[in-house]
Amino acid sequence: MKRVTLVLTLALAAGLTSQTATAQTLKTVKDRGILSCGVSQGLPGFSAPDDKGNWTGLDVDVCRAIAAAIFNDPSKVKYVPTSAKDRFTALQSGEIDVLSRNTTWTLSRDTSLGANFTGVTYYDGQGFMVKKSLKVNSALELNSASVCVQTGTTTEQNLADYFKSNNMKYEVIAFGTNDETVKAYESGRCDVFTTDQSGLYANRLKLANPADHVVLPEIISKEPLGPMVRHGDDQWFDIVKWTLFAMVTAEELGITSKNVDEKAKSDNPELKRVLGTDGNFGEQLGLTKDWVVRIVKTVGNYGEVFERNVGSGSPLAISRGLNNLWNKGGLQYAPPIR
Amino acid sequence: MSTDARKPPAQIALRIRRALGGKAGWNGVAVQLGFAAVLGWIGYEIIANARTNLETQHIAAGFGFLRNNAGFDVNQTLISYTGSDTFLRVFVVGLLNTLVVSLVGIIFATALGFVVALCRLSPNWLLSRVGEIYVEIIRNLPLLFQILFWYLAVLAALPNPRASISLFGLVFVSNRGLVIPRPIGEAGFEPFLAAAAFGILASLALRIQARRALFREGRMIRIWPYVLGLLFALPLLTMLVFGAPFALELPQLKGFNFAGGARIIPEFVALTLALSIYTAAFIAEIVRAGILSVHKGQMEAGSSLGLSRGTTLRLIVMPQAMRVIVPPLTNQYLNLTKNSSLAVAIGYPDLVSVFAGTSLSQTGQAIEIIAMTMGVYLALSLATSLVMNIYGARLNRSLGA
Repeated sequence: MKRVTLVLTLALAAGLTSQTATAQTLKTVKDRGILSCGVSQGLPGFSAPDDKGNWTGLDVDVCRAIAAAIFNDPSKVKYVPTSAKDRFTALQSGEIDVLSRNTTWTLSRDTSLGANFTGVTYYDGQGFMVKKSLKVNSALELNSASVCVQTGTTTEQNLADYFKSNNMKYEVIAFGTNDETVKAYESGRCDVFTTDQSGLYANRLKLANPADHVVLPEIISKEPLGPMVRHGDDQWFDIVKWTLFAMVTAEELGITSKNVDEKAKSDNPELKRVLGTDGNFGEQLGLTKDWVVRIVKTVGNYGEVFERNVGSGSPLAISRGLNNLWNKGGLQYAPPIR
Repeated sequence: MSTDARKPPAQIALRIRRALGGKAGWNGVAVQLGFAAVLGWIGYEIIANARTNLETQHIAAGFGFLRNNAGFDVNQTLISYTGSDTFLRVFVVGLLNTLVVSLVGIIFATALGFVVALCRLSPNWLLSRVGEIYVEIIRNLPLLFQILFWYLAVLAALPNPRASISLFGLVFVSNRGLVIPRPIGEAGFEPFLAAAAFGILASLALRIQARRALFREGRMIRIWPYVLGLLFALPLLTMLVFGAPFALELPQLKGFNFAGGARIIPEFVALTLALSIYTAAFIAEIVRAGILSVHKGQMEAGSSLGLSRGTTLRLIVMPQAMRVIVPPLTNQYLNLTKNSSLAVAIGYPDLVSVFAGTSLSQTGQAIEIIAMTMGVYLALSLATSLVMNIYGARLNRSLGA
């Protein structure tokens, strides 16, 4: 309740101060000297603090890439943990500059929240996890089950749709935070835990015996996750959008954090454009010519970020699947930088 | 005759001047009106400004969303509700869930609080220590932890539905909650209800009659045999004539859960337990203070008349103590109602959870939803205060204070 009140006060305060705050986010961020980035309250692989309090994850690396493009320093980010239900209010009120928090892109969120999605960082879909001892092999066997879910998510609505369209009964128990939801599932209050499939793998790691739980094969929804910015600041929208595109382009061109300096010396006209030795594409965005170099050198290309956080280099070990590049059978595709 | 003819001065104008202006007279009234106008203007500016800014940022505004489909489910609904109902219905569902947990919590907290207070005041050393320890431990631990404790303790202690504890195959206890048979009305249901209602009303009338006879004429009337007959024999008789009033729908384990029967969810139990145990500690202290505020001569007078300790407490001390107890007791009732909003931590679908939580993030309309939710808590609190103030006023009048 306290948090909600605080957010409301902020929303009102934002309503009272005139619109200058929304129009020039880049200037505000530069003046402040730090990027304020809304993340989750802890979802391994996407955004979670490690034992030293440093935030890591795919969503966190998006924040770091933006900070790198602006300040040439990926550490200039203030992470603001937001719950599923107050994340949009934090963005609307100006408490955060960008929301990078495993948030599903939907039409109503794009239109009625005064915010815009800038792209898709991870193509996901909703799944179910159950205890192995229940001997359930398919989500269609879940009639009359109790389902734990985090409140304020698209998950809640997909769940209602899925059980209704399959004529199954269920009981929903909705919790405020991810950790409370997982704890209730573990304590046996529910038979099923549901969220985006990547989240299921991530949360399974938090359970006492991950091997006792199984993720069911069904994916019941499309969950394209991406960063969000406030509506009405096109320059800032472009910066966040193209930061992601730059990372995907870098992977496509084989530019990695290790070989980026070498590649910058290349005569290849496309590499010269992307890495800023030719043209002024970064400046058109309001950044510097070497913006892609800054991003890739300090954070890495999309593939590196994926493997490090959720892929083979992480305990989650999720395969690229839909998140592979378009020319390798996936959906990740960036418009050309030219 | 002359006094009748004199016209009274303009009372209303004088009263306004007195109420608004005080000693400053009409100048004071002007200042007050000006102040009110400025306040009104500031309020208007805030609303207008927020509205234009929401519009320029393309954030949806207004209360139209209440008619949209909610599209999510709730696991405890006192009225029928499905995912295809509107957000307005979600609001009512959440409100009823908040009301029921507050009401049940208030009843338990009051009962437990009085018992603990009497324990603390008891001459029995053991009882009074138990009361003291209860109060000192419970009121010094944060409520949220207590709610989580009861939730996790209750859940951890209970088996899964397949291994549920069964009482005679009728009542089942598991970590899905308490499942009991549900009565389903049959042919004899309406006559049975009518008979029961008549029995209750007639018994009340008898009691009023008996008290009147006692106080006015000093006659004791023995009414309990008649009351017993009205409350039990009459409904039984109608059952014999019209047939069984209801059949019991027995809960049965089907798949993951029980089908049929009525169910009390563990979230409700945990929240009610935590709220009533926590608030009872404060109520106990209030009651103790109230009883101690009555001069001990009253107690001694009671025992010198040959009344037992219990009777003295009930007839002489408590009515006087209630005068002191009621105002702070109202505070505790209000606290309990407001504290019920902590429900979201354990997934109990109260107003804050389903409306200010889920609905808010589905629609993104923070200002409207938070304003409605705050309005509800304000209205609930004012209503509770009103009831308790009326009760307090009646109490004072009956004591002639």
